Amino acid sequence: MANVISDETIEYVGILAKLELSEDEKEQAKKDMGSMLDYIDKLGELDTSSVEPMSHVFPVENVFREDVVTNGDMRDELLSNAPGEKDGMFVVPRTFD
Amino acid sequence: MKLTDMTAVELSAAIKEKKTTVMEAVEAVFEKIAEKEESLNCYVTLDQEGALRRAREVQKRIEAGELTGPLAGVPVAVKDNMCTKGMLTTCSSKILENFVPTYTAEAVIKLEEAGAVIIGKTNMDEFAMGSTTETSAYGATKNPWNEAHVPGGSSGGSAAAVAAGECFMALGSDTGGSIRQPASFCGVVGMKPTYGTVSRYGLIAYGSSLDQIGPLCKDVTDCAAILETIASHDEKDSTSVKRDDTDFMSALVEDVKGMRIGIPRDYFTEGLSAEVRESVLAAAQLLRQAGAVVEEFDLSLVDYAIPAYYTIASAEASSNLERFDGVKYGYRAQDCEGLHPMYKKTRSEGFGVEVKRRIMLGSFVLSSGYYDAYYLKALRVKALIKKAFDDAFAKYDIILGPAAPTTAPELGKSLQDPIKMYLGDIYTISVNLAGLPGICLPCGIDGKGLPIGVQMIGNCFEEKKLLRAAYTYERARGTFVRRGEV
Repeated sequence: MANVISDETIEYVGILAKLELSEDEKEQAKKDMGSMLDYIDKLGELDTSSVEPMSHVFPVENVFREDVVTNGDMRDELLSNAPGEKDGMFVVPRTFD
Repeated sequence: MKLTDMTAVELSAAIKEKKTTVMEAVEAVFEKIAEKEESLNCYVTLDQEGALRRAREVQKRIEAGELTGPLAGVPVAVKDNMCTKGMLTTCSSKILENFVPTYTAEAVIKLEEAGAVIIGKTNMDEFAMGSTTETSAYGATKNPWNEAHVPGGSSGGSAAAVAAGECFMALGSDTGGSIRQPASFCGVVGMKPTYGTVSRYGLIAYGSSLDQIGPLCKDVTDCAAILETIASHDEKDSTSVKRDDTDFMSALVEDVKGMRIGIPRDYFTEGLSAEVRESVLAAAQLLRQAGAVVEEFDLSLVDYAIPAYYTIASAEASSNLERFDGVKYGYRAQDCEGLHPMYKKTRSEGFGVEVKRRIMLGSFVLSSGYYDAYYLKALRVKALIKKAFDDAFAKYDIILGPAAPTTAPELGKSLQDPIKMYLGDIYTISVNLAGLPGICLPCGIDGKGLPIGVQMIGNCFEEKKLLRAAYTYERARGTFVRRGEV
């Protein structure tokens, strides 16, 4: 495997991805990511120095609209999906002391 | 003819001619479901009571002459990544195990307005990440042609439900082949429209620049009718395209005289099963006999599509799936000290292996120091792939090839080696990168008794050419024996 993923990299990516991996999962993730990156490195065979990155296939521009509210008050409906709710607000674990 | 053997358009016509009713159609579908669902597992959620209630309402409106369209009264199944107001929508993930949307996806609204009756939500690979429907948190779906095999994915539940007669038509979504490949494996018709043709509002995003909703159905006529119904310009989806040529049923014409069809030599190389190759080339031969000009050409860059796709799709997925954090909806891990540990524990417990794998890869390729080398590089390769298709469509009206290198693999054989599984998407993935429309329809049956599909690819906005070629081929091929008739 050409791409060797270090423990530090997996830790760092885990923070970015907001995932908590077990030791076994970390070992597997190192292997999986290494082999995927080896595979993706194939793109390096192509000379793209004169090619612009294409994020959208059509020549579209930003779509603007007035910032007008069109939907009604759905507070109670939306909160009915919340794992924690109190007094019309989402409840989350303590964020600071 | 048994009711469940009718196509969607045939059924709607029969209802209007008073040969049957919407209630009878819904009941027939639920009889099939009672018979087969336990072993096939096409659905995550079913709503028999709601469907019957809605059937009575639609029946009245058909009788009153208010609903006259080609899909009025037809029972439809919806992939479980499209929001349906008041009906559980899980994306086949544990993290959305209890999510009941407060609104309905635009494409589903369009079907409802046309008088279709939603009967349930179909199983899929978790967050549409997979090619077999085995990554679902609610168990694998089985292929109705042979239950030891997968139905394909990620819209495997939708494709299998259509093939088994557990619905008359279905919606799927296609990010890298997720409509066309299961259509191929289940012997049904599936189409991914040009990017922007169908609103993505209410479709739970995976790779936003690649995702597109489309039909899974019994024949090309149904495909055109469904696409005509769901295509719309929607201000709620800023990538939605305004088109004035969405009368797709007008393209159901048996005529390919002079149509230029290109067969990419690079699709017929090592890795393609001999039976699939023969069957697909025989389909091309039928179109040639019908007057099309068929020739081989070199598309180029085929081997670069998969690495470019997995870079782009994983990057977009890592961003799109950040919203699942246990705060506003869905699963939340218990006994967490503090907000940040709650996010991490919720996501780690709520997402499955394949989803985590792609979020990790996506987070990496977008991270500082690697963004240019991986993500921007993939977007540059995407531009080259688009250019290769532009060159091809300067010479050809459509491109014809297989949808998948093999017929449906056995259950339990695909997930151990991700890269090998990803390679199965080689013929479908570049279509999403280039935003093109593609259709897959059955063209044969292999020695194991499993269906083979032929894929036709069109230039952007040229669905009508595709539908004309597919319709002409379908007529020349003759009736394809569907599972319900076997």
